Amino acid sequence: MWPDVQQEFAGVLLHPDRMQPDGIRAAPLRFDVYRNNVMVGLRRALEETFPVVRALVGDAFFAAMAQAFIRAHPPTSPVLLKYGAGFDVFIRNFEPAESLPYLADVARLEQAWLAAYHAADCVPLTIDALANIPEVDLDTLQLRPHPSLQMFAADHPAVSIWEAHQGPAPVDLRGLMSGRTYAMIVRPHLDVAVIQLQGPAFNLGATLFAGVPLSVALESADAEALDPSTVLFDLFAAGAVAGLGYGDNAIGDTPS
Amino acid sequence: MIAQHLSQIQGVGVGFKAEHFADILQSLPDVGFFEVHAENFMGDGGPPHARLRRLREDYALSVHGVGLSIGGADALDDDHLKRLKAVVQRYQPALVSEHLAWASHQDHYYNDLLALPYTSETLANVTAHVDHVQSMLGRTILLENPSTYLRFDASTWHEADFLAEIIQRTGCGLLLDINNIYVTSVNHGLDAKDYVDRLPLPRVGEIHLAGHADAVDGDGTPFLIDAHDRAVADEVLALYQWILPKIDMQPTLLEWDNDVPDWPVLLAEAQRIEAIRAGTKASQARYVA
Repeated sequence: MWPDVQQEFAGVLLHPDRMQPDGIRAAPLRFDVYRNNVMVGLRRALEETFPVVRALVGDAFFAAMAQAFIRAHPPTSPVLLKYGAGFDVFIRNFEPAESLPYLADVARLEQAWLAAYHAADCVPLTIDALANIPEVDLDTLQLRPHPSLQMFAADHPAVSIWEAHQGPAPVDLRGLMSGRTYAMIVRPHLDVAVIQLQGPAFNLGATLFAGVPLSVALESADAEALDPSTVLFDLFAAGAVAGLGYGDNAIGDTPS
Repeated sequence: MIAQHLSQIQGVGVGFKAEHFADILQSLPDVGFFEVHAENFMGDGGPPHARLRRLREDYALSVHGVGLSIGGADALDDDHLKRLKAVVQRYQPALVSEHLAWASHQDHYYNDLLALPYTSETLANVTAHVDHVQSMLGRTILLENPSTYLRFDASTWHEADFLAEIIQRTGCGLLLDINNIYVTSVNHGLDAKDYVDRLPLPRVGEIHLAGHADAVDGDGTPFLIDAHDRAVADEVLALYQWILPKIDMQPTLLEWDNDVPDWPVLLAEAQRIEAIRAGTKASQARYVA
């Protein structure tokens, strides 16, 4: 019966050490064309999504790590645009990569970049939008994030490492190997921007985009460490704000 | 249903690659249409959609799905079918096509066009799947013949007869991949011209051409791999030339998906194919006169 044969066929595709199913006529190496197509296709998908992780570990190490990931987590959807979610967690537990503690954070950054790249399109609001909010409603003002916005915090300087790989210049990672990263990744129009932030500004932004009203967020913000109006200005300037809610009203969230 | 598409889409088309977008926009080359893989436009937004929107302003489109797994034993993934429908509604392509192959099993996707046995059981299964796709999309699709590297003991149908029967039962059209016919014929010792003659050629809505790679199996026997990584082989072009007079001037796609060349090289290959088409058409006209 076809379901049983297909079950067997699928079960050996990612495993060259398993015999091809009974009932299939193929000289040795012919069945391997399918195995090769699947593995190479998925590895290429990961290579496209994780160019900096690949540059950090080299092609051969990346290929072996990708293969292990693919066997452990084959895609669950035919939409490979999103394949590779969870690669960061896999890398964190991948023993051969232990000596590169920042690698998982760089992978997570590349996942966030990809999510921003394929997110829904939406017209960002400018800070002028605030002028339309009646003063009486300012206490209830909430910011709604652009669909592409990813707030990114990491124990390792993933953004600096990633940035060092963006140009044609040789990469010098000395001096980049320690320190926390705070950033937001956003694609207001066609280009994805990766913007580093100070910790207190990141915390205020993350609080606001979680839906906490502006007045409440400001009470808990570290007033000595940041200027809230500058942070607000920067969030709008980055195109990170898609909509505003106040009282029972809302503006923005306009698809483009 | 197929004939109505002919007014929208003609000539030799090319598989669209993002790296060619700037060259295409700058020169707006005389290309019949562009074909895209549906799954590459199933993100919510961003540059892929922006490029395709722009391309659609000047060119007809063909949407080619690779992920429905029509040949699989499982029920079709309706979420995926809805995503395909959304792409079709968004871009209004002239053609929509899929494969006689499977790619998903239970919850996993295997990223290739995998072979199935040709039996009365799989015939009923594929027929039901094509019916379901066409009713969900509200339009006729084209089904593509595969390249295969193995045969199933259980198969009782010639692949061409199997396809003909599906087309007969579902009313779908045929995406005639001439490279696949050549590859499959070499790989299984079939006669490619006999394969073609078994097909319902009036149902052809599109032709595919691509390059293939030579390989040798573990028994020392040469075989071919549908690699899409080079120019179309002379043998495949000869088969194309032989087939053209048998069918109306259907749109022809050049597929080149691996080791993708710069745009001028790809365009030159498309023009080489167009010259063969035009030559065949001219000799047909002389014959009629």
